[in-house]
Amino acid sequence: MAILGAIHPVLTAGLSDREDGWRLAEYEARGGYAALRRILSERIPAEKIIAEIKSSGLRGRGGAGFPTGLKWSFMPRGMDGDKYIICNTDEGEPGTFKDRDLLCHNPHAVIEGMLIGAYAVGANRGYNYIHGEIFALYRRFEDALAEARAAGLLGRNILGTDFSFELFAHHGYGAYICGEETALLESIEGKKGQPRFKPPFPASFGLYGKPTTINNTETFASIPFILNMGGEAYLKLGSPNNGGTKLFSVSGHVERPGNYEVPLGTPFAALLELCGGVRGGRRLKAVIPGGSSSPVLPAEIIMDCALDYDSISKAGSMLGSGAVIVMDETVCMVKALARLSFFYHEESCGQCAPCREGTGWLFDVLARIEAGDGRMEDVETLARVAGNIGGRTICALGDAAAMPVQSFLTHFREEFLYHIAHKTCLVPREVQWAGSGFHCADAGQQRAGRQG
Amino acid sequence: MLSEATYQKFAREVAKYPEGRARSAVMACLALAQEERGWLAPETIREVAEYLGIPPIAALEVASFYNMYDVKPTGRYKLTVCTNLPCALSGGSHAAEYLKKKLGIDFGETTADQKFTLMEGECMGACGDAPVLLVNNRKMCARMTPAEIDRLLSECA
Ligand SMILES: Cc1cc2nc3c(=O)[nH]c(=O)nc-3n(C[C@H](O)[C@H](O)[C@H](O)COP(=O)(O)O)c2cc1C
Ligand code: FES
Repeated sequence: MAILGAIHPVLTAGLSDREDGWRLAEYEARGGYAALRRILSERIPAEKIIAEIKSSGLRGRGGAGFPTGLKWSFMPRGMDGDKYIICNTDEGEPGTFKDRDLLCHNPHAVIEGMLIGAYAVGANRGYNYIHGEIFALYRRFEDALAEARAAGLLGRNILGTDFSFELFAHHGYGAYICGEETALLESIEGKKGQPRFKPPFPASFGLYGKPTTINNTETFASIPFILNMGGEAYLKLGSPNNGGTKLFSVSGHVERPGNYEVPLGTPFAALLELCGGVRGGRRLKAVIPGGSSSPVLPAEIIMDCALDYDSISKAGSMLGSGAVIVMDETVCMVKALARLSFFYHEESCGQCAPCREGTGWLFDVLARIEAGDGRMEDVETLARVAGNIGGRTICALGDAAAMPVQSFLTHFREEFLYHIAHKTCLVPREVQWAGSGFHCADAGQQRAGRQG
Repeated sequence: MLSEATYQKFAREVAKYPEGRARSAVMACLALAQEERGWLAPETIREVAEYLGIPPIAALEVASFYNMYDVKPTGRYKLTVCTNLPCALSGGSHAAEYLKKKLGIDFGETTADQKFTLMEGECMGACGDAPVLLVNNRKMCARMTPAEIDRLLSECA
């Protein structure tokens, strides 16, 4: 299913579930490659394109929310030699599965966005780094590239102009850290994915040491639509300083988990309604609004929150990648946090001691509490260890590991204390067991119904 | 020696990168070698490194850093189940428990008949379809209820 629901869709407008809906001809029938054709035939100057993107208020969809137009303007001008443009489809942030569906249903929007980006920053080569676990979509992207090449949209002298650009697919093979942009560059160079110190930033020293721009898949896919409708119109779709629409990947305890496209600034309550509400009519407990690395928010805060960068930040969390993880009253918050901490420990690249050692400590202490062997001072130990990781590492994986711990302790401290004192979960185990729905005899049918 | 077909695929991968940057193809080539051989034995890794003109240790480093490479033999079917939180909320870890019981093995183990290896996976970018599992790194299976798991296991010859 291309998309489960939308309000004023842009990226997913007109997508069909037909088997060949992703193909070049279908994309062109939806207005695809018109922006690129116009740019090339009218020789629109790069500065003008960057200004248009700036006016759209587009902020990076990969997690950090950095303004895309501004990022593009950092690339050195009038310099000879190779420059690169890289698309980040590593999508490993737990809860996020939007870029997968973009590659599946609208790969040419990503290609056109990268082409326009390359033109604007003066890049002659590009790569799309695709999460290894979605190998079928790596193949699909290669098929889409072949279509674009055959149509003269990639390669030398694109559409008969003097603009040339080569684009290739590169796959990951199971390392969350490679979503971090400099680890991703190391990985394309054929090395272990260990992040680099910044500065120098990729715009001056990127892939193979050359100027490089890296953006998320959804960021690139938004570019052609922005240029077609105009920056101002795109900005107005969202809320001030938070232009446009955004894909939200909703997972966990809702009736219809999946991807939804809504304008930035949409109330969380409206998104929850689009998803059919909390599963089984149960009570909402908490939501992690921007992927597992963003701080958790309890129900009463998120229910009053609008979904845009600034509102979520004011509420104490982050919009991140737009991965909304919904937890209802059947969730044990200790177990939930322990699983996240296991993830960061597993995926720490091992380069920085605070992260390598600290993530291990966090997991060990949480596992001990979960197993009923916790001590009262463990809550302070967790807070101290988390505080000693954040801000002390080369990349943001350390912060990503610390923030969930700090926020779970802030909002659900009582539940941790209960777990330690009673040596078991506050939420009875059979309630947790039922919560996942796995053993429900009719679960299969219910979910099959959701498909249709 | 790896097959001619695999070498042809290697050449296609190397061609994606600029002159003198063959090392960039190491991830794709190791994945292709594993696809042919089932796992990456030291001599397979060495063969890939020689083809790319890089030190064998550089290829080994990559093979051991990224989770989807197998530097130890696995069963004919490697099943990787995602148990990360978003999936666990919709049955990911319960699906893993179910598989452990059915196969009689723990994570990281292989059944005595060398048919199945069970692995604990991290987010595969498919959390809305939980429970999800990956067969031999390539085939993503979604909404794996007990009945679907039973069917998958019986289809594995
Ligand atoms: C540990 C870690 C993992 C990340 N994973 C991803 C990812 O999977 N996809 C992504 O686009 N950005 C990811 N990022 C953010 C990138 O470093 C980078 O900011 C982003 O790709 C820039 O694109 P944007 O400006 O279009 O958002 C990650 C960052 C960190 C620290
Ligand atoms: S958490 Fe399992 S696929 Fe994302």
